[in-house]
Amino acid sequence: MKGCRLMVDLGRRQFLRGSAATAAGAAVATVTGAGARPAAAQGGARVAYPSTRLANIKDLTVNEPLEVTYPDAEAPGVLLKLGRPVEGGVGPDRDIVGFTTICPHKGFPLHYTAAERTFDCPGHYSRFDAEKGGQQIWGQATQNLPQYDLRVDEKGDIYAEGVDELLYGRLSNVLG
Amino acid sequence: MAYKRNVDRLPIVPADAEEHVAVCHFCIVGCGYKVYTWDVNREGGTAPDRNAFGVDLAQQQGALTPAWYAPSMYNIVKRNGRDVHMVFKPDPDCVVNRGLASVRGGRIAELSYSAVTGTQLNRLTDPLVWRYGQMQPTSWDDALDLVARVTARVIKEYGEDGVFVSAFDHGGAGGGYENTWGTGKLYFGAMKVRNIRIHNRPAYNSEVHSSRDMGVGELNNAYEDAELADTIVAVGTNPLETQTNYFLAHWVPNLRGESLDKKKRLLPDEPHEPGRIVIVDPRRTVTVNACEVEAGKDRVLHLAINSGTDLVLFNALLTYIADRGWIDREFIEKHTVGFEEGPAEAPLFPARADSGVLAERWPGFNEVLAEIRTTPEQAAEICGVPAADIVEAARWIAEPKAGGKRRRTMIGYEKGVIWGNDNYRTIAALVNLALATGNIGREGGGCVRLGGHQEGYVRPDYPGGRPAPYVDKLLIEGKGGVHHIWGCDHFKTTLNATEFKRAYKKRTDMVKDAMNSVGWGDRRALVDAIMWAVRQGGLFAVDVDIKPTKIGQHCHVILPAATQGEMNLTSMNGERRMRITQRYMDPPGQAMPDCLIAARIANHMERVFREDGDMGRAKQFRGFDWKTEEDAFMDGYHRHAAGGEHVTYARLIAMGTNGFQEPAVGYENGRILGTPRLYTDGRFSTPDGRARFMVTKWRGLQAPGKEEQKKRYEFLINNGRANQVWQSAYYDEDSEFVQDRWPYPFIEMNPEDMAELGVEEGDLVEVWNDAGWTQAMVYPDEKAKRRETFMLFAYPSGVQGNVVNAGVNELVIPNYKQTWANIRKLASAPRAVAHVSFKSREYKPV
Repeated sequence: MKGCRLMVDLGRRQFLRGSAATAAGAAVATVTGAGARPAAAQGGARVAYPSTRLANIKDLTVNEPLEVTYPDAEAPGVLLKLGRPVEGGVGPDRDIVGFTTICPHKGFPLHYTAAERTFDCPGHYSRFDAEKGGQQIWGQATQNLPQYDLRVDEKGDIYAEGVDELLYGRLSNVLG
Repeated sequence: MAYKRNVDRLPIVPADAEEHVAVCHFCIVGCGYKVYTWDVNREGGTAPDRNAFGVDLAQQQGALTPAWYAPSMYNIVKRNGRDVHMVFKPDPDCVVNRGLASVRGGRIAELSYSAVTGTQLNRLTDPLVWRYGQMQPTSWDDALDLVARVTARVIKEYGEDGVFVSAFDHGGAGGGYENTWGTGKLYFGAMKVRNIRIHNRPAYNSEVHSSRDMGVGELNNAYEDAELADTIVAVGTNPLETQTNYFLAHWVPNLRGESLDKKKRLLPDEPHEPGRIVIVDPRRTVTVNACEVEAGKDRVLHLAINSGTDLVLFNALLTYIADRGWIDREFIEKHTVGFEEGPAEAPLFPARADSGVLAERWPGFNEVLAEIRTTPEQAAEICGVPAADIVEAARWIAEPKAGGKRRRTMIGYEKGVIWGNDNYRTIAALVNLALATGNIGREGGGCVRLGGHQEGYVRPDYPGGRPAPYVDKLLIEGKGGVHHIWGCDHFKTTLNATEFKRAYKKRTDMVKDAMNSVGWGDRRALVDAIMWAVRQGGLFAVDVDIKPTKIGQHCHVILPAATQGEMNLTSMNGERRMRITQRYMDPPGQAMPDCLIAARIANHMERVFREDGDMGRAKQFRGFDWKTEEDAFMDGYHRHAAGGEHVTYARLIAMGTNGFQEPAVGYENGRILGTPRLYTDGRFSTPDGRARFMVTKWRGLQAPGKEEQKKRYEFLINNGRANQVWQSAYYDEDSEFVQDRWPYPFIEMNPEDMAELGVEEGDLVEVWNDAGWTQAMVYPDEKAKRRETFMLFAYPSGVQGNVVNAGVNELVIPNYKQTWANIRKLASAPRAVAHVSFKSREYKPV
């Protein structure tokens, strides 16, 4: 348990440093049109996820990740308002996404590189594209970055209700 | 959207699951893995006593935990006829990878054949034959009878030079000691086949002839040397992507300074610092970036030379080092031919000079130096890097440390020079440098190829000459009557591929048409029809593989092979570390190990010759009564490899994923004793034990047609591997994870070049020149040099070899790297690439 807490804390520290260092950088990536590939493999039965309110739309600032945990306090992640619509984005601007921030390769905490809108791993240099459903741009993970299934209600509250890949360090996304 | 599996729970490995020793099937590093199998109707539990890891799996596990596996490390496979769960995860106790999995090896479970989960369902399960105008399943005996009859007839009419073979010669899946011996005994023992080529090159030759000719075996150090070196010199290699866990587990700790304690402990009599690295590569790879992140930019020297000019750089480094007195005089005197005249024996072709005294004997070091003398300024002019950087590299390589202690420098090289300009001389120039600085056979040294596949070679001697025949060229010219192909796909991995495919299709179609003209049941008429077509220039082709291939589409018989894990298989890695991968699952359908397929071909050949009354030839095919792959191992490795008498399956299983380093030198207390480094006694692989130096004069672009191509076409089409893709993508073309990332092969381009051509990211372009045409997907890279592109090699949806000309070196080594072509737009980014990220692949630190 101590190790787990350490990982969450380390994740937060990395994250804050990463955001602070790069928040001033201008975003330069271009939108190439929404990809429309269907989620390919459908696994067997999915576990039952909690529906958890993570934030309200008003809490989000464009290109500044907001730290959350999901599906429980041991699983760090972020909500991110990208400021332009993306495939899988929610909210009125279809630009809100949520991801785990633990690298699916070896469990190191990712940091956010705002200038490129990528999640970068200091462990073995993997990076994931926040604007492309967490696609691994380069790296050693055998998964793209696990992404939250998000819902926004009429008050602007953002709920997470599922995760689309197995989270690092657990053989069931919902522990127990 | 990116590909997601929607798997959010995996079965837990129970405490009593069966465990198997395994090594990754893929690259030369040979990471150790642990395989668990257990019955499909059971699973373990989260309580520590109910799972194989002994931990509480109801809790989140921390970074680097051994108690987790990704969905790609799990599958349901058949074992002894029963469905079982299988987990294939990296072994934390293996000294090679220390628990790390790469994006390739970490997917082996998912890349296994499973009728339950539907993975790799297009594996070959039955022998197939060309019958009634299409490939149809048949029995082993039916298929092998046809193979044997046609092969025997070709031998009768054309001799054994009419038998053409393409075969693996390596370790890991698609090779291994069992299978190289099985095929080797068939073609070099029972037959004396000269027209044979290796899986990735068009002749039967070493890729490092010159190193061997100088007495320096190419895998001469230990992976630990990368932790102990003062300086690593990496030439034409991108180890973060191609030897991933060797780089991560052994190079990075040195660059970070984490191996300092080990250096001080093992080498206490000299000063130590964190490692430095010199990287010679025209392209800024992710390896360069990672080294800068870990070591700091001031300890990384990237010499981004002009493509193909490596030789000049090495000659300049040696000249500068010699002139400063930094060579190892004692080593040269004691362990090489020395400074003056070398031994009187004539060097082998092409090491010798065309005429004069150096055609008759080996040169001494001073004679070599006089011939290759190059100043940093001269090299800077040709290589396109500052002279000051060349001097700095020389200092990092050989300037004595404080107290006059010799610097320890490890040199690693791979396809950038092996498949680059003037292979023979360029590698010799590197070996000159390593020998002159005394860096072979000592800790922290070595002059090694970094490798592609694992190795696993034991065969009778090749009966052909030197140079060996250029087999692909002979096939294009209409030579040969029958072609046996073992785990090769020329259509993706040869040079001059546009022309090769055209000729191959034409020749094999002639045989297909002839076979269509007779009924299958009339074997005599069928063989007669095939031979009639062969006499007209046709070619009868037999393909042995685990998967359908591009060349297999043109074959007449396809035989299904088992792969590593479906059979017991032994190999060695890049530090000669030999391990066994145990059979942990069943092969699909009727598939068999290659060594047993070779044995069964031999059995049928014996029968056919005997029935034909040719008892002399029939006798040649005896000695293939193997029932298992272990029989082939004992007949081959155990009896014929150096030290093989100490090695058995049972002993290897006991040695686990750490195995031993070849050659074996004994067996004591239940352990095979190995050899961590070669040449520690200073005796090299020459008749007198003294290493040779070689004259390595620069002669520009050596291979025919390269200089002309460079002048005529606008872009360098440099090429190589990508992290996610193993070899020719034979598995990955059916991996949704990989196809999601690379629907087409990428071509990295400078954005200004893109603007001039009017292309954008994701656009499909045609790459074309005098050799042929191919296609690629544009990937912007702002750090790419102008007019220098880099294309993914050997990818099915755009074969780079199509635009590589036929030019080879004296020993028929291909030159893929120096290729120039023009580029034009085919189509704007198709829908199939809309989800693909085109961002920089360089990790950005906080």
